[in-house]
Amino acid sequence: MNKPVQNQALLKQLKIDAYKWGFETDIEMDILPKGLNEDIIRSISARKSEPNWMLEWRLKSYRLWLTMEPPQWGKVAHPEIDYQDLHYYAAPKKIKGPKSLDEVDPELLKTYAKLGISLREQEILAGVEKTENKDVVPVAIDAVFDSVSIATTFKVTLAKAGVVFCSISEAIQNYPEMIQKYLGSVVPQGDNYYAALNSAVFTDGSFVYIPKGVKCPMELSTYFRINAKNTGQFERTLIIADDRATVSYLEGCTAPQRDENQLHAAVVELVAMEDTFIKYSTVQNWYPGDKDGNGGIYNFVTKRGACRGARSRISWTQVETGSAITWKYPSCILQGESSIGEFYSVAVTNGHQQADTGTKMIHIGANTRSTILAKTISAGNSDSTYRGLVRMLPNARNSRNFTECDSLLIGNHCGAHTVPYIESKNSTAKIEHEATTSKISEEQLFYCQQRGLTKEAAIGLIVNGFCKDVLKELPMEFAVEAQQLLQISLEGSVG
Amino acid sequence: MNMILEIKELHASVIDDTLKNGLKPILKGVNLSIPVGETHVIMGPNGSGKSSLSYVLSGHPSYKVTSGSVTFKNQNLLKMSPDERAAAGLFLAFQSPVELPGVNNANFLRTAVNSVRKARGESELDAVSFLKLARQLAKNLSFPADMLKRNVNVGFSGGEKKRNEVLQMSLLQPSFAILDETDSGLDIDALRIVAEGVNSLQSPSFSSLIITHHQRLLDYIKPDYIHILAKGRIIFIGGPELSLQLEKEGYARFLGEVNE
Repeated sequence: MNKPVQNQALLKQLKIDAYKWGFETDIEMDILPKGLNEDIIRSISARKSEPNWMLEWRLKSYRLWLTMEPPQWGKVAHPEIDYQDLHYYAAPKKIKGPKSLDEVDPELLKTYAKLGISLREQEILAGVEKTENKDVVPVAIDAVFDSVSIATTFKVTLAKAGVVFCSISEAIQNYPEMIQKYLGSVVPQGDNYYAALNSAVFTDGSFVYIPKGVKCPMELSTYFRINAKNTGQFERTLIIADDRATVSYLEGCTAPQRDENQLHAAVVELVAMEDTFIKYSTVQNWYPGDKDGNGGIYNFVTKRGACRGARSRISWTQVETGSAITWKYPSCILQGESSIGEFYSVAVTNGHQQADTGTKMIHIGANTRSTILAKTISAGNSDSTYRGLVRMLPNARNSRNFTECDSLLIGNHCGAHTVPYIESKNSTAKIEHEATTSKISEEQLFYCQQRGLTKEAAIGLIVNGFCKDVLKELPMEFAVEAQQLLQISLEGSVG
Repeated sequence: MNMILEIKELHASVIDDTLKNGLKPILKGVNLSIPVGETHVIMGPNGSGKSSLSYVLSGHPSYKVTSGSVTFKNQNLLKMSPDERAAAGLFLAFQSPVELPGVNNANFLRTAVNSVRKARGESELDAVSFLKLARQLAKNLSFPADMLKRNVNVGFSGGEKKRNEVLQMSLLQPSFAILDETDSGLDIDALRIVAEGVNSLQSPSFSSLIITHHQRLLDYIKPDYIHILAKGRIIFIGGPELSLQLEKEGYARFLGEVNE
């Protein structure tokens, strides 16, 4: 995909202050009134012409949510969120289920082009790819603008391979039996406060089904964009890999620059059957707030994968540079015998950002393996915590975990913390944990500057070196983008 | 005469937060001029300010210039950031090069070379032509090929670090190089290789300032002048033969003439 190249050019044009995706698209919206109650949920469900079982599922989630309290154990601080002061549905007006890109509002296409993803071009590239251009890796994209999926590309090519890639709203209409079977099967409705909220009000997201024995012919990608004011974004993603299937999925996100905080509470569920591989990569770049800590996205996300079949493998890779607050623990439930869970993470905080992120590896089956590689970079006045749980259950014979947590500090006003939870109920299990903390020294920066690098370039080089074991897990075209993103996120992090 | 570097009455302090006014004076009125194309040597007792001078000239943030001026290629050097000085052609071979964990040496060198080339308005080198050039220069320095693949200075021996400095210098093609005790800790063979590396840069437009404690480096590199730096000032200037005299007699005779 040509996204990195476009972004590079874009970045050069937009040499303004730190957050380069802060613009707002002026488009007519269909917005439900503020507030959360059963009527709002009924309206959301009606707007999407959902079957009755879906509405009941939402209402059940809402009633569970009413009985729950927001989690307090994270090392993040924010004022209480007024859930009655948010809009729970906002959709660009002109599009009601576009059949092709021609029906999509040109303003939206412009927005995505500005962000570096041109949906139209992605479609054209499908043709190009067949002829000569080997450098271009085709990527199918599902773009979610505020609450609604606006376009999914490459549907035809994917359908030929038997792959289903569509918005979750479409899946509810077209694949109701799969949704009923799997939705909430990995992250139950009452799993946690934010997951319950999401289950009640989720508006869109992506659905992927890879049939038995199919290797998905291209990277699948969803691009999330929060545009409307005072709107929560609650997307729901469900990916199912049937026996012997393989899929790589990318997720990117940005939001306009605003003074107030915005809530993003997503749920992602992955289901991996026998001998499967699901690779899920995220480059999260929600608006982090301004330099004084005003505004920014609250990113409260539940991501979990179930390795149900033997020898299944789920790999989470995340580069987290945005959001005012990140609260996120992509996890693996290693149920199938010899299944593998991986978590590769780079979390960067600058300014007044707070991040409490990590993973959970629950070893249930025998001979299961998990690897955790978490790199934390803190700069400015930010605070970052790695929180990870490794649990070995009685049947997890000969299972192993390896965890490495490294923190890099830039400047004297930031914090980095590592909070590992290790629980073993099996004497044959092996658990290893390594942790380091280091700081970019003035001498290192001076050395690089003496060789002609600017201070920013020097930090970028050292940070990329620090993160490279994680970055190399990203699909190639995303790795380039992630490197640039790291550099931008850390701009102005030293005097 | 056309000067590459002119230092006039330079006073500089190291920033030291433990002191009352936060500054510890190191350089106390240095005067030094280097004409284009010449090689000058600075010798002097430990703690006389030799390394400090190299740091001040390259813009180290721990030093503060309190008075005096430094003109480099007719520009005010003290107004430039360290990377601007590098782009202008100033290179410092560090006495103790730092390690950059996770940063691949070849990648670092290429980033450095291209930053400098870009700043000088030259085209950037692509990965292939850069590697070809770097491998050739590394070979000239008897540098094992895998040094380029390792992380910058991480796990390098003292001699390897010094050779890596000379390799960087050869790649960056500076017009003015400061070598801060690049010969210290080198065995005879390494010393000869490093000296050859420096000599290969010699041209009518290349000038250098070599800080050393030992006469033996000067068996390979022929200086135009030797300066003695003591107590933060240049106290004596002599020809190439001065190093032999110092080797025999030490600094005592010269120090006797300096007042605090």
